[in-house]
Amino acid sequence: MATAHSKTAARFMISPAVVLLLAWMIVPLAMTIYFSFLRYSLMSPGEETFAGWDNYRYFLTDPAFFSAFTNTIVLVVGVLLITVVLGIALANLLDQPMWGQGIVRILVIAPFFVMPTVSALVWKNMFMDPVNGLFAHAAKALGLQPFEFLTHAPLASIIMIVSWQWLPFATLILLTAMQSLDQEQLEAAEMDGASWWRRFFYIVLPHLSRAITVVVLIQTIFLLSVFAEILVTTNGGPGTASTNITYLVYAQSLLQFDVGGGSAGGIVAVILANIVAIFLMRMIGKNLEA
Amino acid sequence: MGNITLKQVTKHFGETVVIPPLDLSIEDGEFVVFVGPSGCGKSTLLRLIAGLEDVTSGLVEIDGADATTLPPAKRKLAMVFQSYALYPHMSVRKNIAFPLKMADMDPAEITRKVEGAASVLNLTDYMERRPGQLSGGQRQRVAIGRAIVREPEAFLFDEPLSNLDAALRVNMRLEITELHQSLKTTMIYVTHDQVEAMTMADKIVVLQAGNIEQVGSPMELYHKPANVFVGGFIGSPKMNIITGPEAEKLGSHTIGIRPEHTMVSKEQGTWKGKVGVSEHLGSDTFLRVHVEGMDLFTVRAEGDVDLHHGDEVYLTPVMDRLHRFDKDGLAVR
Repeated sequence: MATAHSKTAARFMISPAVVLLLAWMIVPLAMTIYFSFLRYSLMSPGEETFAGWDNYRYFLTDPAFFSAFTNTIVLVVGVLLITVVLGIALANLLDQPMWGQGIVRILVIAPFFVMPTVSALVWKNMFMDPVNGLFAHAAKALGLQPFEFLTHAPLASIIMIVSWQWLPFATLILLTAMQSLDQEQLEAAEMDGASWWRRFFYIVLPHLSRAITVVVLIQTIFLLSVFAEILVTTNGGPGTASTNITYLVYAQSLLQFDVGGGSAGGIVAVILANIVAIFLMRMIGKNLEA
Repeated sequence: MGNITLKQVTKHFGETVVIPPLDLSIEDGEFVVFVGPSGCGKSTLLRLIAGLEDVTSGLVEIDGADATTLPPAKRKLAMVFQSYALYPHMSVRKNIAFPLKMADMDPAEITRKVEGAASVLNLTDYMERRPGQLSGGQRQRVAIGRAIVREPEAFLFDEPLSNLDAALRVNMRLEITELHQSLKTTMIYVTHDQVEAMTMADKIVVLQAGNIEQVGSPMELYHKPANVFVGGFIGSPKMNIITGPEAEKLGSHTIGIRPEHTMVSKEQGTWKGKVGVSEHLGSDTFLRVHVEGMDLFTVRAEGDVDLHHGDEVYLTPVMDRLHRFDKDGLAVR
């Protein structure tokens, strides 16, 4: 397989794909960088002028940026915590032999197949709506005032919706990892006098560390760009209470017609995402080495 | 003290009866080997003693006290698993220390005991390595180390040598036997290899389909097998079993003759046959002889015997070494 000839052939074969992917990435990135240095408003097209670092200065000093930045972090960390902790718990439950296991597993995985806009709308209108929502009905049945989730706890509500979507993914990955655990190790630990909790802590959790790493890395990538859920539920509000960086970039370029500012925001987002990626790989990437 | 008594113990998995009612007593300090073909229930029996499986009915007594419903951790037994079941993310030191840590022992005491076990087992140079960086024999020793630091009432071994290569297996066999000599603790050892059973045991328990076929010392089983199954299982190569007219002539329904109790001659003897495969091991030669009216007959000859495929030979059994069995397969004495 690894003769000089086959290596050359392999490089030649994959080059179209590499060139295509590179173009796909480089062209939009280059154009975004270019736009971010222009004074480019959709209200006055054709009158672009060079703006220097102004767009970056405005975007970074905008009070909305700081709140969007914090919201992004809270959203990512919150969803990760919920999905990993609940995912481990669910994987533990699903790993137990029980009647109807196959159906239960499919049901648990189901939310992952619902598209984000749909699930967010279902949550908004059927569960969280202060008049018609199930939670409102439940609160009224208990004689309580219905809680206006999207008004009084917008970010927490979005964390809840996104967690609901990503929990199946975490559960699935963790469940397969759980099933690959050698039962004799657990039996050995049991004979060694480890209680259930200690067996979980000393044997199961270390065994899951690689799967947890995979879940954290993959989810982080997707959670940094949560957008649809915010657009259809809170529109980033009230104020900027549920605006993350992705939504702020959208608002800047398409609601305020400032393509230059939006592009600068996009580049800032790219840089931040890379910083997060480097940190993550430093912190937990070693778990992936065999 | 480590005497273990099983009284009328049974085990069912759903409808399947794995262990029919079974009685067994194991004295303190004995090296007991459970031996039998695969699927005979020997591992299940060990797991019942360990508490990893619940008995369906009957009593398990350890030290004279009822332990039937006691959880595994409370039985003061240590087990070495077939796969060793080492904790892959912990160093050798932490693996060996694990049971002591679970018992919330004083750290200084743990260190002392772990170092002690490591020096007995020649593991001192590998203490910071992970199990994945060790050879099969070293992993085996770590598993044993994890068992001995607990100072249990009895050790349970579940086919511990089956993952090792032949040379290492002989070594570990000696090491485990020596360990038993120095610790004087009860050991229960499960294997399907009758050589391991013969060389290590004080007492062998031969099992078939969950039933105890015979209990006794290795020499008892070799010289006085209680039935055809034990006769055929103990001893290598296998005992020759003769039925039909040839057996009637010797005055029994079934006759067992060990290969080493048969004389070979080129001139004369009781049975005439033709040599099939001959295995020259140097010290011995095993001949598979085709004799009319019998199954393939295995016979041991001198190492430098000059017999080859197709040669004609005469076989003579040593008459006072014959094993006679009745038509139910039970020994006639």
